[in-house]
Amino acid sequence: MRPSRSLRLPAVVCALLVVATLAACGSGASDAPPPDEGGEALPAAELALVAYSTPQEAYDEITGAFRKTAKGRNITFTRSYGASGDQSRAVVAGLAADIVAFSLEPDMTRLVTAGIVAPEWNAGPHKGMITESVVVLATRQGNPKKIKGWADLTKPGVEVITPNPFTSGGARWNVMAAYGQVTKGGGSEADGVAYLKSLFRNVPVQDDSARKSLQTFTSGKGDVLLAYENEAIFAQQKNQPLDYVVPDSTILIENPVAVTKSSKHPEQAAAFLEYLHSPEAQAIFARNGYRPVVDASSTRELPQPSGLFAIADVEGWPAVTKKFFDPAGSIMADVEKGIGVSVGG
Amino acid sequence: MPEPTSPRGGRAGRGGGPGRARLLLRAVALGYLAALLVLPVGLVLWRTFAGGLGPVLSSLADHSVLHAFQITAIVAVAAVVLNTFFGLGVALLLARHRFAGKRALNALIDLPVAVSPVVVGLALILVYGRFAPVGSWLEGLGFQVIFSLPGMIIATVFVSLPLVVREVQPVLVEIGIDQEQAAWTLGAGRFTTFRRITLPAIRWALAYGVVLTLARAMGEFGAVAVVSGRLVDKTQTVTLLVEERFQNFDQVTAYATSCVMAVIAILTMIAINVLRPTSLAEKESA
Amino acid sequence: MGRGPGLGVGVATLWLSLVVLIPLAAVTLRAGENGWGGFWAAVTAPEAASALRLTLGAAVVVSIVDVVFGTLVAWVLVRDHFRGERVVEVLIDLPFALPTIVAGLVLLSLYGATSPLGIHLAYTRAGVVMALLFVTLPFVVRTVQPVLAELDPEMEDAAASLGAGRITTFRRIVLPNLLPAISAGAALSFARAISEFGSTVLISGNLPFKTQVAAVHIFGQIETDNVTGAAAVSTVLLVVALLVLVALDLLSRWGAKRA
Repeated sequence: MRPSRSLRLPAVVCALLVVATLAACGSGASDAPPPDEGGEALPAAELALVAYSTPQEAYDEITGAFRKTAKGRNITFTRSYGASGDQSRAVVAGLAADIVAFSLEPDMTRLVTAGIVAPEWNAGPHKGMITESVVVLATRQGNPKKIKGWADLTKPGVEVITPNPFTSGGARWNVMAAYGQVTKGGGSEADGVAYLKSLFRNVPVQDDSARKSLQTFTSGKGDVLLAYENEAIFAQQKNQPLDYVVPDSTILIENPVAVTKSSKHPEQAAAFLEYLHSPEAQAIFARNGYRPVVDASSTRELPQPSGLFAIADVEGWPAVTKKFFDPAGSIMADVEKGIGVSVGG
Repeated sequence: MPEPTSPRGGRAGRGGGPGRARLLLRAVALGYLAALLVLPVGLVLWRTFAGGLGPVLSSLADHSVLHAFQITAIVAVAAVVLNTFFGLGVALLLARHRFAGKRALNALIDLPVAVSPVVVGLALILVYGRFAPVGSWLEGLGFQVIFSLPGMIIATVFVSLPLVVREVQPVLVEIGIDQEQAAWTLGAGRFTTFRRITLPAIRWALAYGVVLTLARAMGEFGAVAVVSGRLVDKTQTVTLLVEERFQNFDQVTAYATSCVMAVIAILTMIAINVLRPTSLAEKESA
Repeated sequence: MGRGPGLGVGVATLWLSLVVLIPLAAVTLRAGENGWGGFWAAVTAPEAASALRLTLGAAVVVSIVDVVFGTLVAWVLVRDHFRGERVVEVLIDLPFALPTIVAGLVLLSLYGATSPLGIHLAYTRAGVVMALLFVTLPFVVRTVQPVLAELDPEMEDAAASLGAGRITTFRRIVLPNLLPAISAGAALSFARAISEFGSTVLISGNLPFKTQVAAVHIFGQIETDNVTGAAAVSTVLLVVALLVLVALDLLSRWGAKRA
C-alpha cells in the first residue's frame, strides 16, 4: 500500500489549510470597541494584571466593566492567574505587572522588599485589602461523611485536600485557620502544631494553587476540601456537586491589591485600583462569592462565624511567615518533611 | 509488493481468503487501536457537541480563545520559518562537507527530541531569565525573553529543531553532488544552483519536514507552560488555554478548542502520510 | 556550496549553542550547584526519587507493551489487507499530531471520573500508563513497518516448505530481521515516555509518591522556586536521554549491517 505521488500536492494544500485556519481564527481576535459614553477617558494603555488563582472570573468581569466606564474606555488588560506565591515570585523574576492582587499580605510584602511595590500600598482606609472571605470545609454533595467541624478532619479514613502552603496563598490561610481554631479554642501552641501534623497526614495531594485543588476535589479525589468560601460558592455556581460547612471557628481572609512602582501607566493603574473599591466592582466580587470590603447593596447574606478571628489574632503575617512557612526551617517545613513533601527553597 | 504470507500461529489458506489466525491478529490490532485512539477521540468529539452547536461556536468566538489561536499561529509559524532556514543550512552542511566535530554535531542534532519539554523550559529560564547571564543582558537592552513571545518561540524552536534536518539530510546524501558540480562548472552561482538544482530535488522531503515541524510546534505544551507566565491574551497558546479552561470548569471551551486542534491534527496527519517518504526510489524521482 | 564549510559550521554551531547546548549545559551546571552531595540529596529526596522510579518503571512497561502491540499493528498493516486500511494507516500518526494536553483531555474524558465506560483511572498509575501508551503508540509501528515491507517472503516460504510451523518461522526468520527496528522503536518509545508531561498532567492527578511522573515533579519544583532540585532531576532525565540516543545510534548501525 503506497500513497500515490499525485496526492502530494493536496497534502501540501492540507498543511497550508491548517495554517490558514489558525490565521483566520486569530485574525478574528480584535478588541471590540466599548460603547461610547461621555466623560473624560484616560489615555489608551494596556495594563497587566497579575493575580492569584481564585478571583479569575471576578477580575475578568471587573476589567470588562471598567472598560465600559468613562475613565476606562481606552484601557485594555492582559491577565495572568496562578498560585499566589508563584505569581508573586514571578513578578520578582520579571513578569510585567501594573496591578498585582494576591491571596495574602506576605506575597505583597515580597514585592515591597524587591522594590516593586511602594511601602505605602496599605496606608489607605482598607489597609490595601480589596476582598474578604473565610476558610470553609467543602464536602461532597449531601456531606456523606458528615463533616461538621475541624475535629472531623483528623479522623482516620478522611482525605483532606488543601494546596501546598509553600506555593499557594490559600493553603496558608487554611493552615492558619486550622492552627488558630485550636489556639483560639483554648489549646496551646503545641496542641495547634499537633493538630496540623495529624491534619496533613490525611492530605494525599497538595496542588500548587487553590484553584487546582478545587479541581482535584471536584475530579473525585478526597472527602473534604479546605477552601476559600468564595471558591466553594464559585464551584456551586458552576454546578459542581459540593456543599460546604462554615466552621464556628475560622479565619478571616483578607486579600491585598496594589499598583506597582514599575508600572508604565501609573495614572491608569491608579484609576483601576480606585475602581476596584467602587460599588460596582465590589458587587461583582460579591456575585462571585467574596465578602466585599465596601458595603455593597447586592451582598448576599453570608454567615458570620461566632469564632471568627483574624491573622492579627494569631501573631500577624510577618511572625507567622517566619514561624510557619520558612522553607529553611519552620513548623510547616517540618510537617511536610514528616510526610515526605519537598518544600523548595 | 510481496505476496501476503500466512501470519504466525495458525492455519491459513494462501490465496483462499483470510484464515482464522489472520482475522484474530487483525481483530486484536484494530481492537487495540480502537480502544486507545478512536474511542477517546470520538468521545471528546461527542462531548463537545453534547450541548449543541451554539455553545461550541460562541465559546470559540470568545476573545481569549481567538487570541490564543493567534498566538499559537505566530509562535508556530516563527518556529517553522526559523527551523526551516537553519535546518536546511545544517542539513547541507552535514551532507556536503567534512569538518572537525561533524560527528558531534550530527549526534547533537537529535538531542532535542529526547529532552522533556519541561526541562527545555527550565533550561531556557536558566539562560534567558531576568537574573540569568544572557537574559539580564538582554533585559538591559529592553528585550524580554522569558514571560514573553520570544521565549515561547525559542522553546518551540528547540523542541522541533531536528525535524527538517533529519528529513532533508538523507535525501541530500542520496542525490549526491554530481548535478550541483555540473552546474558550477557551467558557471552557475551558488544560490542559483541551490534554487534550481538542490531545492527541487529535496522539495518533498522538505515539505514533510515542514509539516512535522508545524504539527510539533502547534502542539507544544510543557515548554511553553514553563516560560509563558500564563498571560491570558498575551502568551497563552491554544494548548495552555485548553488546560486553563479545563481547570476553571469551562468544559465547553476546553472541549471545543480541543476539537478544533483535533481536526487540525487530522489534516496534518493526512498531509504527513501523503508526504512521508516511502522508498528511496520515490524520493529520487520526486 | 563550493567553498569550505567554515562560515556554515560557525553559524550552525552558534545556532545550536544558543538554542540547545548552552541552555542544557546551564541545567547540569545548576544541578551541580551544591556539589555532588547536594545533587545526590536532591535526586534521592523522597518525592523526587518516587517520581523517577514511577517514570522509569512506567516507561519500561509502556515500551514492552508498545513492542508487542506495535509489531502486531505493523504486521497487520503490512501483511494484511482489509477495507479501511488506509484510514488506519493515517490514524496511527494521531499521537504525533495531537497536542499532548488535548490527548490528556481526551484520555480523561474516557477514563476519568465522568467515564461513560465506568473505568476510573484518574489518580492511578494505570492512568499514567494509559496516557503514555497513547503518546508512544506510533514509534514502534513506524520503525518496524518499512523493514517488514522490505522483507523478502522467499525465506519464509522456504521455511514453510521445509515444514516449519508459523510460529517457528516468525521466531527464527522474521523476528531476527525485525529486531533492530523493534529495538529502535522501543528506544524512541522509552525516551518519549520518560519525558512526557502534557498528557499526564490531567489524568494522573499528580499525587506525589503515587502518580507523579518526573516531568510533572520538575514542573512543580520550578513553580515552587526549587530550581536547583528541578535541575537535578532534569539532569537525571537528560543522562537517560543521552544513553537512549547512544543506544539508537548503535542500533541503527546494527540494522544497517543486517540489511
